[in-house]
Amino acid sequence: MFGYLIQRLAQAVVVVFAMSIIVFVGVYAIGNPIDVLIDPGATQEIRAKLIAQYGLDQPLWRQYLTFLGNVARGDMGTSMVYNIPVVDLVFSRLPATLELVFVSVLIAVGIGIPAGLYAGYRPDSYAAKAIMALSVLGFSVPTFWIGMLLIMTFAVNLGILPSGGRGDVGSVLGIHTSLATLDGWSHVIMPAINLSLFKMGLMIRLTRAGMVEAMRTDYVKFARAQGLTDRQIVFSHVLRNISIPIVTVFGLELGSTLAFAVVTESVFTWPGVGKLIIDSILQLDRPVMVTYLVLVVILFVLINLTVDLVYARLDPRVRLKGGA
Amino acid sequence: MSAALEVRNLTTRFDTRRGPVTAVNGVSFSVQPGRIMGLVGESGSGKSVTGFSILGLIDAPGRITDGEVLVDGTDLRSLSPDALRRMRGKHVAMVFQDPMMTLNPVLRVGDQMAMAVRVHDRVSKAAAWDRARKALETVGIPSPAERLKAYPHQLSGGMRQRVAIATALLHGPSVIIADEPTTALDVSIQGQILAEVRRLADETGTAIVWVTHDLAVVSSLADDISVMYAGRIVESGTTEEVLSAPRHPYTHGLIDSVPTRHAPGRELPQIPGSTPQLINLPEGCAFRPRCPRATAACAVQPSKSGETHFALCHHPLTEADR
Repeated sequence: MFGYLIQRLAQAVVVVFAMSIIVFVGVYAIGNPIDVLIDPGATQEIRAKLIAQYGLDQPLWRQYLTFLGNVARGDMGTSMVYNIPVVDLVFSRLPATLELVFVSVLIAVGIGIPAGLYAGYRPDSYAAKAIMALSVLGFSVPTFWIGMLLIMTFAVNLGILPSGGRGDVGSVLGIHTSLATLDGWSHVIMPAINLSLFKMGLMIRLTRAGMVEAMRTDYVKFARAQGLTDRQIVFSHVLRNISIPIVTVFGLELGSTLAFAVVTESVFTWPGVGKLIIDSILQLDRPVMVTYLVLVVILFVLINLTVDLVYARLDPRVRLKGGA
Repeated sequence: MSAALEVRNLTTRFDTRRGPVTAVNGVSFSVQPGRIMGLVGESGSGKSVTGFSILGLIDAPGRITDGEVLVDGTDLRSLSPDALRRMRGKHVAMVFQDPMMTLNPVLRVGDQMAMAVRVHDRVSKAAAWDRARKALETVGIPSPAERLKAYPHQLSGGMRQRVAIATALLHGPSVIIADEPTTALDVSIQGQILAEVRRLADETGTAIVWVTHDLAVVSSLADDISVMYAGRIVESGTTEEVLSAPRHPYTHGLIDSVPTRHAPGRELPQIPGSTPQLINLPEGCAFRPRCPRATAACAVQPSKSGETHFALCHHPLTEADR
């Protein structure tokens, strides 16, 4: 187990390195940020001076080595647009995204899994069919469009929820979050629902498929032959078995939502990291892009590692092998 | 002595897209306490569906349309779904064919068995585990306390089937339906389990319905035999009677097609044709198209001939025919 952890973390380091090179080369290929950043009327001298200042006159490999050297000293660079350290910039935006994703995942799982279980338990009922129809809508209708409809309905026509932005930030246990205030919740609930719909549809379909399949297995029949109640069969026997694919997809979805909640954040002008990265790409703010993508890689690696550990807890046949 | 299990005129139908299929057609039999009845038939003869129908475990599109299932005198068919559930496992239990599939792979053996104990009896978890351990001991599992902590994949097939049998025995049911429980096992393990089951029936007085396609198995195990063909019991009697003096041509054909060492070098006779599709059975006797003794009379459904040892045939075999 411990050996397995060490091995996975070592792999993670390699992945992060490889990713940083790819990102660096990719960003380099996009173009020279100075052209975007400075006043088009600036003289050639100022231009050359700035290029030298950011080290952009160096060959790519030297720029990369300089970057690595800075990273080793804990310096991820300074944003060319905001002129503050990138780490501070990203971490000032991260809590907003985290709370949005947290609420949306909670909604997706809290509604999606029970609804999927029911739809799989009574597949021929009208309620099950309604649930399945909703799940299809959930992941086939574009997110931005639903987002705009939500704003139209609840913010413009009914006027009961704010149309965008993050609300008042309160403090719970030293963590600053808008989830600590009522105003914060009123701001977060609509984008969170918007962000959760796709995942909810996915959860419903996965859970239902697993449930339908599991109810036909011999171990469920055997449990019924022992006189177990349906409740016991579903919650003690089936749920544990079908949770393995659910956890897999949940992990993948959690990662991609954290990294790319961009659309929802744009529609609801939510000041999260998704919006930051889009702005940075438009303005060719290299240090922000590189730092952010490295952070995303680390997030994915951590989530996948957690998923693997959860597997081993859920399914005794999974053995985590370290070393070899 | 009253029968532990009495099945009267049990009929189970499946409403398929191509029309209704009667998988079990007016099946009647009874099993006395401590006796083992072999329910023999080919695939698709309705023997497994009979087993599931007894426990009321038929899922849509199937449903039991007629008949009574009396366990210790209680008609299971007249009970509410919840009352029926309380009978399952407590008074009538079941063991399945494939031991690899009948245990939940992600739960420890002990947890699964303890759940089966506690659903019918309000006992502590520790007491339930203790009963599970004793049940494993009964079916001859060595170091049962350790086995309880194991997951199913850590046990061999034979061991798992013993666990399943032990689970069925937890509440000392009057009746156990065993649906080909040794088919998936090695012959040597099969022998051990058969001996174990025979001993359990004798010691506990449990009545057992042993569903199988294997005549060799029932010949050494069962007290009585019922032969099923196309949803009906076509011949029934004691094992001795049925095997040594079969009356139905189908039973005779089955016995004849088992290789023996008494006639080496002889080409094995087989029953011509194949099992009929239940969706379009011929009028009258379903075995008619394959039967060497069939006549025009067979176009009418035959009635039972004989009392305790009976066959459903217009032209039952006599001593002279064998």
